[in-house]
Amino acid sequence: MRDKQIEDLKEYKYGFSTDIESFKAPKGLNEEVIRFISNIKKEPDWLLQWRLKAFERLKVLKEPDWQKPKYPKIDYQDLYYYSAPKSFKEKPKNLEDLDPKLLETYKKLGIPLQEQKRLNGIAVDAVFDSVSVATTFKDTLTEKGIIFCSISEAIQKHPDLVRKYLGSVIPITDHFFATLNSAVFTDGSFVYIPPNVKCPMELSTYFRINASDTGQFERTLIIADKGSYVSYLEGCTAPMRDENQLHAANVELIALDDAEIKYSTVQNWYPGDKDGKGGIYNFVTKRGLCKGKNSKISWTQVETGSAITWKYPSCILKGDNSIGEFYSIAITNNHQKADTGTKMIHLGKNTKSKIISKGISAGKSDMTYRGLVDISKNAANSTNFTQCDSLLMGNKCGAHTVPYIKNKNSNSSIAHEATTSKISEDQLHYCQQRGLNQEEAVGLIVNGFCKEVLQQLPMEFAVEAQKLVGISLEGSVG
Amino acid sequence: MEQKLKTDFDKFISISNFSDQEIKLKKEALDNFLKNGFPSRKLENWKFSDINQIIKKNIGELTFYNDYKIENEINDDIFIKEIEHNKIVIVNGKVQQLNFEYEESDKINITILDTLNQNLNQDNSLLSLNNSFSNKIYNILVKKNYSLKKPLIIYQKTNEKVSNTNINFQLNFDLKESSSIKIINFSDDNSEKNFINNLFNFNLDKNAILKNYKIDKKNNTNIKYDYSSIIQKENSISETFIFSSGSDYLKNEVNCNLEGKYSSAFINGIHSLCKNKHHEIRTKTNHLYENTKSYQLIKSVIDDSSKSVYQGKIYVDSKAQKTDGYQLSKAILLNEQAEFNAKPELEIYADDVKCSHGSASGSLDEDSIFYLMSRGLDQKTAKELLINGFLLDVVEKITDEEIKKLIKNMIGLN
Repeated sequence: MRDKQIEDLKEYKYGFSTDIESFKAPKGLNEEVIRFISNIKKEPDWLLQWRLKAFERLKVLKEPDWQKPKYPKIDYQDLYYYSAPKSFKEKPKNLEDLDPKLLETYKKLGIPLQEQKRLNGIAVDAVFDSVSVATTFKDTLTEKGIIFCSISEAIQKHPDLVRKYLGSVIPITDHFFATLNSAVFTDGSFVYIPPNVKCPMELSTYFRINASDTGQFERTLIIADKGSYVSYLEGCTAPMRDENQLHAANVELIALDDAEIKYSTVQNWYPGDKDGKGGIYNFVTKRGLCKGKNSKISWTQVETGSAITWKYPSCILKGDNSIGEFYSIAITNNHQKADTGTKMIHLGKNTKSKIISKGISAGKSDMTYRGLVDISKNAANSTNFTQCDSLLMGNKCGAHTVPYIKNKNSNSSIAHEATTSKISEDQLHYCQQRGLNQEEAVGLIVNGFCKEVLQQLPMEFAVEAQKLVGISLEGSVG
Repeated sequence: MEQKLKTDFDKFISISNFSDQEIKLKKEALDNFLKNGFPSRKLENWKFSDINQIIKKNIGELTFYNDYKIENEINDDIFIKEIEHNKIVIVNGKVQQLNFEYEESDKINITILDTLNQNLNQDNSLLSLNNSFSNKIYNILVKKNYSLKKPLIIYQKTNEKVSNTNINFQLNFDLKESSSIKIINFSDDNSEKNFINNLFNFNLDKNAILKNYKIDKKNNTNIKYDYSSIIQKENSISETFIFSSGSDYLKNEVNCNLEGKYSSAFINGIHSLCKNKHHEIRTKTNHLYENTKSYQLIKSVIDDSSKSVYQGKIYVDSKAQKTDGYQLSKAILLNEQAEFNAKPELEIYADDVKCSHGSASGSLDEDSIFYLMSRGLDQKTAKELLINGFLLDVVEKITDEEIKKLIKNMIGLN
């Protein structure tokens, strides 16, 4: 029975594609396409100008090449920068108007969009290819003054907020992929939590790339006003395709005085087949700004998918007493490659940061933890603790640790530790002696290894993540 | 600079008696340097120490022509009296004296190489610069089963006679099977504002033991780059100790290739910095074979507006199962202006390994100072005591008792 389950799970179960006619912008990256996107989304002029400015900047920028996983050159002119289900040309007013095929897709993915069927109280915003499909639980949220909608809607309805904060953490002058996103971003989620409101439910976005030859460029902007709290979840899947697809999202978080943002990601993009063909290039820029005093931003990520993962969710600790946290599990198998980690930039006094990173590599994969801890001159009494552990399975994979540590303040302390090892024979022997087979034993040990991070996830996600950890490593032992 | 390099090079070649082959290789090295120039922060290895800028700011335009014909008298005063030892005296990049009086003469073979070191890393432009302007290279070969009776002290002097601002120097050691040598490399700088570029090559055969202690204590305004390449065969041991304190700028780079099983490399270092000195230690240990071991311990005490950098990389090849690698760097910042940067790196391709690194930096522990003061020490003494204890940890790792004592006296740690 269990074997059958494993057999079912081994295949990437989200690998189906939905046969929905889509409406695309002309192929290629140029000013016209940007104008086209802006026009179709009925954007105000300032945003168009902002996009064009980013595009100007993009022309002089070069793609970074310092990362460990190298990839074949991407032809940016051969991509569609906008793709939407055809029935979306006019945005549906409510769920009934949605294309039934779309609803079916989300059902397959296990994302219940229809509110009446929902039990566990998570508000969902789903992004299909480039556009946000539906947002659930709107009323409950509106009551509290919480804004949770697609970013296109926010641009229309709350232009002041968007204008004030968009690009304030990731400016258009940032690195290549972030700037690319600024020029062509299509949709994403927008969250605003008003002062002193504790968001009553987990907010969640589900991303899906469906059409081929498309890049997905969403932009997420979360603002937690004074004294507020929000927990946000993000999940991703894509169909199985032979070609590589690009995903270059930008996520900006802003926490004002005493606010707290918890951002969790379970990333399960299609990793390519076992020979390394196909799969998503996940080149995402995520950055949080602890702008106010006593603010807190916490990133939790479980990275199991994508052919190449290349991202560093970061915290800029600007407000005094602010706290940044980063918890990560990255698992690579077959030919997957990951270069991930975090940046903790301490600017304010008494700022604290904590980094826990667990990397597991199996098969012929390659994994790098790359991180920066920078304590500036004025960040008195700041502390950082970093722990990154790697687990290797087999001698064809690699695990690397590249931390950068900069301490410019004598009252601050930084502690960093890293270990690399394999699952010890003793542990395996112990478990097997008690009746577990080898795979179960490995699963148990790996889950134990990851526990510190899994604990940080909200309940529903933790269960899913735990399963994912098991599935991702199937077939890597023995 | 390009013109100066070319004219100085032509002048240097014209008065030296290199073979055609050597001239060809030297020219190639020069071309490589011209192509790459001085390393700047754009290169990952030089991210924390932009030597291009540092040279420009502190020296300005360099001159490269070194007149190796100048003879220097050596005054016996400079020699260390505490222990009996063999000597090599190098003045301004020229070997002035080689004296192995305590050894059996047929066990050590000193030759001058008739070619250059060709398998150097082409990406490191400073090694190319060294190859193109250094004088004839001495090779010191220790024969099979011979252990030097007394340590060898290399006195590296500069004096006011030096006319050029860039000094390049190379020395080779060949340790044959089961031989051993203890070396103290002692810098004695009397020149001002020179860029000194040293390269030491060590080849360790099966069972060979190298103990290499590098002391940079005397305050001076020079900018130094010191590269040691250590290649180790089966069961060989290398121990490197670095005391880095005196020069205005110093980067010590140690590259260890563990090519034979059971070979092991130990690198320990101290940065004791004040004023606006800027020192860096970069270690790279490459585990290329099964059952190899490496250990690094680096401690820094940083005062005033000085800057200490440690970059350490442990590389484990997929062949190198059962590797044991450990690395620890610690720093105490004594002043608000002080800065510590670290990049401890692991690159691992084998699964049955035990590798770990740690790095910690911060101020002196207030509780410890309080404890000592409550027992009657004044604050200054208490701090000194704590710092000495912190650094002593590294000195205690020196395995040779006699040399440990000497070094403790030399750097004032007891």
